[in-house]
Amino acid sequence: MTPLLMADLTVFTLSVLVGFEVISKVPATLHTPLMSGANAIHGIVLIGVMLLALTVVDGGGYLLLGVAAFFGAANVAGGYAVTDRMLGMFRSRP
Amino acid sequence: MTAFDTTVHLVYLACATLFVAGLHLMNAPATARRGNRLSAAGMLVAIVVTIAVLVEDGGLTAGAVLVLTIGALAGGVAGLVAAQRVRMTAMPQLVSLFNAVGGGAAALIALGDRATGAQAAVTGALDVVIGALTFSGSLIAAGKLAGRVPGRPIVVPGGRILSVLLAVAAAGLAVLGGTGRGTLALAGVAGCALALGVLLTLPIGGADMPVVISLLNACTGTAVAMAGFVLGSTPLIIAGALVGAAGAILTKLMADAMNRSIPAIIAGGYGSGDQVTVAPVPGTAGVRAISAEDAGIQLGYAGKVVIVPGYGLAAAQAQHEVVALAQALTEHGVDVSYAIHPVAGRMPGHMNVLLAEANAPYQQLKDLDESNPAFPGTDVALVVGANDVTNPAARRPGNAVSGMPILDVDKARSVIVIKRSLGHGYAGIDNELYQDPKTAMLFADAKVALTSLLAAVQAYAG
Repeated sequence: MTPLLMADLTVFTLSVLVGFEVISKVPATLHTPLMSGANAIHGIVLIGVMLLALTVVDGGGYLLLGVAAFFGAANVAGGYAVTDRMLGMFRSRP
Repeated sequence: MTAFDTTVHLVYLACATLFVAGLHLMNAPATARRGNRLSAAGMLVAIVVTIAVLVEDGGLTAGAVLVLTIGALAGGVAGLVAAQRVRMTAMPQLVSLFNAVGGGAAALIALGDRATGAQAAVTGALDVVIGALTFSGSLIAAGKLAGRVPGRPIVVPGGRILSVLLAVAAAGLAVLGGTGRGTLALAGVAGCALALGVLLTLPIGGADMPVVISLLNACTGTAVAMAGFVLGSTPLIIAGALVGAAGAILTKLMADAMNRSIPAIIAGGYGSGDQVTVAPVPGTAGVRAISAEDAGIQLGYAGKVVIVPGYGLAAAQAQHEVVALAQALTEHGVDVSYAIHPVAGRMPGHMNVLLAEANAPYQQLKDLDESNPAFPGTDVALVVGANDVTNPAARRPGNAVSGMPILDVDKARSVIVIKRSLGHGYAGIDNELYQDPKTAMLFADAKVALTSLLAAVQAYAG
């Protein structure tokens, strides 16, 4: 196992634990926005797609890149927008 | 490490911090929106800094820039339009769709990556399997929720064996891919995983969809983390792991609320989907029907009313009507609250979103643990299209809902149930609550019934 993989594994494990800790405190009322907001966070896959663009060489690669960019951007933009719209409805009324 | 690399890493670290802080702020309705915006700001910064990385690297071809820009712009616009247009009742299918494209993008990254070596082979194959499986599984789940795929469990003949074969084939191809056959073998892995996603989701009934969406969400998070391993990108690993954890916790909560084990849900075959046109079953003796006028007067005279909204309310899109009724009762001096079972609606907490959309004050929204002690002091429990979650049979062993946490509606002084017929819920058994002498049934569509109840209350209130 390379030191790099070791470091990545450490980061992964600690992040899972942080996730458990932070999310277990969210009340049931907010579970749908939470899921939608978490969904938007995995839109970070768009960054991976951008990095992938550096290695693209052939036509198939370009096709893959375009579809992946479309998917990733739809995930991140739509996810945050729809969560914000939902949360805008959660307001207390006097 | 150059100064540029150091800066990039520090900025990514700051973005990860913003994600965690954003999720943390989601623990209260008052700060949740700020939390989401903080998380979005983190994402924006991460994207900007990645553009800087691409520019600094200088290795982008003009074609790649063009394809990346057009793809991302089109995807962004499509996502924003969908987010603006979606109706709140259709939220679960949209979340499922966004989940699908996220998983798809993660799988495509591993397919497109040219990295070689044992490490990239293992995490790359995992990325393709989880990502592709999530992609097709989420699409089927969204289709079931939208009614484009039948909600009932669809059992494919020989599906179990086929699933095992596909899994073995995917593993075999992945090993082959590791020994240098590269992209073609990985494409085979993706094909197997896509088919597997369909096969695994089809037999799961509509009632279990909340759990499935949550589970698939966890899978996408994991796929994105795997993509992070492939690319050696820490922000992807952190964000993916956070989402994986969120999905796992929500899945567990949902499964507990339905008294179902996660393996049993994945095995499928339970949860009959949306039964909206079931004829009244035999044995209606002992069931007392009530008119909307009488029910309205009963509500108007009550001191304390608890409304129990269920899937029937969501299906009839009657959230505005129920809130209007609650408001009229509140103005009339009645103490009104909503008792919300964790699986009401189609997604964890979906009912809360529907009621929030209709402007219900969230102080009135009570969860299961808060509601149950209040029922003995409640004059009228108004059940709107909730069946299994109010069935007292759950307290006894030996039936389909045994052990499921329920709302103790039968402990209220009187109960009014709005329902289209005496048809069964997902569990497919009679609800003993309906035979209870203190229960009155108002047979009608939720929207129609609530409108007439409101009229009756207003007429009574003068």
